Amino acid sequence: MLLLTCPYCGVSADETELSPGGEAHLKRFGPGSSDEDFEGYLFMRHNQKGVHFERWRHTYGCGKWFLAARCTASLEVFGTYSAQTPEPPKEIIEKIQAKRPDWSLT
Amino acid sequence: MRHYSVFAIVKEAMGYHQGWERAWRNPTPKAHYDAIIIGAGGHGLATAYYLGKNFGITNVAVIEKGWLGGGNTGRNTTIIRSNYLQDPSAAIYEKSRSLYETLSQDLNYNIMFSPRGVIMLAQTEHEKRGYLRTAHANSLQGVETRFITPREVKELCPIIHLEGPRYPVLGGLWQARGGTARHDAVAWGYARACSAMGMDIIQQCEVTAIHRENGTVSAIETTKGRIGCNKLGIVVAGHSSHVADMAGFRLPIESVALQALVSEPIKPCMDVVVMANTVHGYMSQSDKGEMVIGGGADGYNNYTQRGSFQHIEETVRALVETFPMISRLKMLRQWGGIVDMTGDRSPIISKTPVENCFINCGWGTGGFKAIPGSGWAMAELMAKGHSPLADEFGLNRFREGRFIDESVAAGVAH
Ligand SMILES: Cc1cc2nc3c(=O)[nH]c(=O)nc-3n(C[C@H](O)[C@H](O)[C@H](O)COP(=O)(O)OP(=O)(O)OC[C@H]3O[C@@H](n4cnc5c(N)ncnc54)[C@H](O)[C@@H]3O)c2cc1C
Ligand SMILES: [Zn+2]
Repeated sequence: MLLLTCPYCGVSADETELSPGGEAHLKRFGPGSSDEDFEGYLFMRHNQKGVHFERWRHTYGCGKWFLAARCTASLEVFGTYSAQTPEPPKEIIEKIQAKRPDWSLT
Repeated sequence: MRHYSVFAIVKEAMGYHQGWERAWRNPTPKAHYDAIIIGAGGHGLATAYYLGKNFGITNVAVIEKGWLGGGNTGRNTTIIRSNYLQDPSAAIYEKSRSLYETLSQDLNYNIMFSPRGVIMLAQTEHEKRGYLRTAHANSLQGVETRFITPREVKELCPIIHLEGPRYPVLGGLWQARGGTARHDAVAWGYARACSAMGMDIIQQCEVTAIHRENGTVSAIETTKGRIGCNKLGIVVAGHSSHVADMAGFRLPIESVALQALVSEPIKPCMDVVVMANTVHGYMSQSDKGEMVIGGGADGYNNYTQRGSFQHIEETVRALVETFPMISRLKMLRQWGGIVDMTGDRSPIISKTPVENCFINCGWGTGGFKAIPGSGWAMAELMAKGHSPLADEFGLNRFREGRFIDESVAAGVAH
């Protein structure tokens, strides 16, 4: 069972209490952008095998959206943080690098 | 290749079965091939087979990081049907289903195709209207299906409970020619036939990089060294994004876990496949007597081949409501596979931004049924540059908004 700590209410929630929301930090492209950018935003995903930044919602709790850094190859959770964060925060990156020295944010 | 037949069995019986040869060779890779397929699952092996059989291209290697058929092909619940809604889907799935009918003879390998029939239950008014629509679409497409009444459902499957408290059975979409096949045998049969044509199936060999020269694929790097190729086919299901990344492009795919389970073996009690999409579960009985059960996929990205327990619980709960007699069955085994999901729940059989590099993926939760048809189409695409069965499934459909929307046609993973 996957356990994630909601950064808003502090509850360590089981995945049955949460809803997954896909890849985080997508750069939004709208009308006026190139077809390629728009397609990329709507459909293309990194789908990393390894460190993955993703959106979750504390659906059966406080109801808030938040973000998590997790490894899709081991299910290890590196940390969760506020959804109002345009890119992965420094302390999360440091936590990941402490455990995965070869990893860097691409 | 030694032909399998009743005479061969008799002959071997006299010699204490000492004379059987290995079903496929275990070669070391050559320096260069006309075509390389990455992934020895059903789709990769079928692609290689039809490259040889239909186009005479036999200087082919199939590269597999584990053992052949050890991915989703060896982990699925083997439902075969072709009652999809959209025309391009009907074309490729029906081609596939019809190839399954004669595949044992074609491969000289018993794949145990069992056209026992598939019922998809309608358990809400909405679902009923949806299946009536699919039945009409199927008759236009030349796919034989029929909407049947609850009484007919009960006749075909007496262990079903029609008047469930939440979701009574209102009818079903019946495809008499659907059914199941032995999943491993499909992979083994294709592998044996490929090997007999002189193709190299290289197991325990992981692809780690894809080399390009001026935008054209030239070689792959593997744990057994560098291997050159003129054409490359990527057919790695759940690992598609990972391998595409080696060739420098992204895919509209997310990888998630899908699980299945089987019960202890019991006496024959069910000779059709039943899918209950509203409550999220499906069941059939294997030749050994085990009830083979599957349900919904997880919602989050995962490469571990382990799924979440609550989905097993949800599936079993749904099926106990539909088949009350299974409530005291013990479950023997449970496992997971990593499935490659696209947004429109249809596959991708396509050229890629890299010249001479092709990809076949996105079969998600339902590609076992498609193995022969997909291999047929992918081989044609790789040999000729286009294929009537594959063209609609190109990668460009996302940019062009030409989705082949099957996500509403079947709510459950299978
Ligand atoms: C639990 C479950 C139930 C299912 N039930 C059904 C069903 O009832 N009916 C149905 O039609 N479909 C079903 N499916 C879906 C079906 O199993 C798949 O769509 C199908 O098997 C995919 O076949 P494939 O050959 O594309 O992939 P796979 O069989 O997964 O083969 C891909 C191969 O690529 C190899 N590979 C990956 N990366 C590399 C690399 N870097 N180098 C070398 N090799 C690599 C893998 O090891 C693997 O063997 C189910 C799936 C699951 C998981
Ligand atoms: Zn919360």
